[in-house]
Amino acid sequence: MLNRRYLMAAAALAGLAIAAQPGFAQEKSIVVASTTSTQDSGLFEYLLPLFKAKTGITVKVVAQGTGKALDTGARCDADVVFVHAKAQEEKFLAAGHGVKRFPVMYNDFVIVGPKSDPAGIKGMKDVGKAMTTIMDKKADFLSRGDRSGTNSAELRLWKASGIDIDKQKGPWYKALGQGMGATLNTAAASNGYTLTDRATWIHFKNKQNLVIEVEGDKRLFNQYGVMLVNPAKCPSVKKDLGQAFIDYLISPAGQKDIAGYKVNGQELFFPNANDHNA
Amino acid sequence: MTDDASALHLVLTGDPGLYAIVWLSIVVSMSAVLCAALIGVPCGALLALTRFPGRDGVIVILNAMMGLPPVVVGLAVYLLLSRSGPLGSFGLLFTPQAMVIAQTILVAPIIAALTRQTVEDLWAEYREELAAMDIGPLARVATLVWDARFSLVTALLAGFGRAAAEVGAIIIVGGNIDGFTRTMTTAIALETSKGDLPLAIGLGLVLITIVVAVNALAWGARRAGERYAG
Repeated sequence: MLNRRYLMAAAALAGLAIAAQPGFAQEKSIVVASTTSTQDSGLFEYLLPLFKAKTGITVKVVAQGTGKALDTGARCDADVVFVHAKAQEEKFLAAGHGVKRFPVMYNDFVIVGPKSDPAGIKGMKDVGKAMTTIMDKKADFLSRGDRSGTNSAELRLWKASGIDIDKQKGPWYKALGQGMGATLNTAAASNGYTLTDRATWIHFKNKQNLVIEVEGDKRLFNQYGVMLVNPAKCPSVKKDLGQAFIDYLISPAGQKDIAGYKVNGQELFFPNANDHNA
Repeated sequence: MTDDASALHLVLTGDPGLYAIVWLSIVVSMSAVLCAALIGVPCGALLALTRFPGRDGVIVILNAMMGLPPVVVGLAVYLLLSRSGPLGSFGLLFTPQAMVIAQTILVAPIIAALTRQTVEDLWAEYREELAAMDIGPLARVATLVWDARFSLVTALLAGFGRAAAEVGAIIIVGGNIDGFTRTMTTAIALETSKGDLPLAIGLGLVLITIVVAVNALAWGARRAGERYAG
C-alpha cells in the first residue's frame, strides 16, 4: 500500500526544499531592471560589490533590453530602472511610472563589421554616410530588433540619414530580436555589420573577424540614465533602498567607481552625472 | 564567477559562484519534480483507472502537454506573478520560488502522462486480482502506484531531465539574477551572449555530468529498492 507517511514525508521535503532557498533569507535588497550592455560589459559585477560594501544593500539585476526593462518597471516588478534611451525614458516619466531621471554616465556606439569590409565603410567619420553605403551595397546588417536602447539608437540613425528603414529594408537587413551579445555572435558568424555599444564590444570575447569600422561621430553618443520606479503607483517599491542606489551612482564616490572600471586598460563608461542636460 | 576562467578551472578550484549556481539548479529542478510528482502521479493513476466520456480527449491533451513550450509557460507565469498580475501581492517574481512554479507546470504533465501509461499497463495485468480484492477506486490507485513505483522512477527522471535542461521559462520568471536566480542553463545563455563560448560549453559539460550523476543515483536507488523488495 502507498503509505501515508511517504506522502507526508514527500510533502514536507517539498516544503523544505522551497523554504531552504535563498529567497527566504531576509536581507536588504532591491531589484534593478537594466540593459544587457551594463551586464554583458561586466560593469555590474564590478560595481555592485562596491555598493554593497558601502551600504549592505544587495542589488538584484535583471538584465533586459531598455524597452523590456522599462516595461518591467511599469509593471512594478523593479524598484529602479537603469537604461539608455532618453526618449523612451522621458515617455516612462510622462506616464507617471518613474519619479525623476538622473543622467549617470555615457559611452558611445560603434559600427562593427567584418575585417574584409565588403561595403567599404571603414574609417568613415559620418555615420549617416556609412549606413547609406551599407544599404546601397546591400551588405548584411544585423539589427537588434528588440526595442532596446541600442535598437532605438540604430533606428534613429537610419532616420537621421534620411532612410525609412521599414520601407527600404531588404533581405540584407536582418532584425534578430536578440540581445547585444547574441547579435554580435550572429554578426561574427555571418560576416555582417551591426551597431553595438562600445562597452559590450570591448568585453565581448567572440569577435572572430569583426573589427570597428565606424566610430567617433557625435551622433553615436550613448547616454545612460537611472530612475526610481514611482512608489505612488507601485506601493511595493522600496523607495529608500532604491534611492540609496541612485544616490550612490550619481555621488562623487560612485562616479569615481564607474570611471575606475577598465577592461584591458580601457575605460568603458564615462561618468557625467553633473551634466544635467545629458 | 570571475572572468577569464575556464569551466574546468572553476570546477577544480571549487569556485563558490559556480557551486552556488549548480546547487540552485539542482534544488530548483528537484523541488519542481517533487511538486510535479505530488500532482502528476495521483492524477495520472486516477486517469488510468477511471472511465468517463471524453477520456480519450483528456489523454490526448495530457500527452500533448508534455511538449508545452517553456517560453510560453514562463510568460504565463510571469504575467500571473508580476506585481500588476493577479498573484502579484506575493512578490514571487524574480525568485527561485517562481522558477519552481514554472518548472512544476512544465514537468507535471510529463509525470502524469507517463504514470497514466505505466499504471494502465499494470492495471491490464492485474485487473482480475484487484477486482477480486473488492476495494474502492482510491485504494486501487494507491495499490497500483505502489506496485509501479520502480517504473515510475523513470517518469520522475524524465521530468527531472526536462526541468534541468530548460532555460526558456526560468530566465523569464527568475530574471537570471547573479547569486540569486542564476542556474546552469541561464548562466550558459549569459556566457554565450558575452561571447565566451568556451566557458559556455564548459558549463554545458558540467550540467550534463550532473544530469548523468542524478540518473546514476536514481538507478542505483531503484536497484537497491528492488533487491530489498525482493
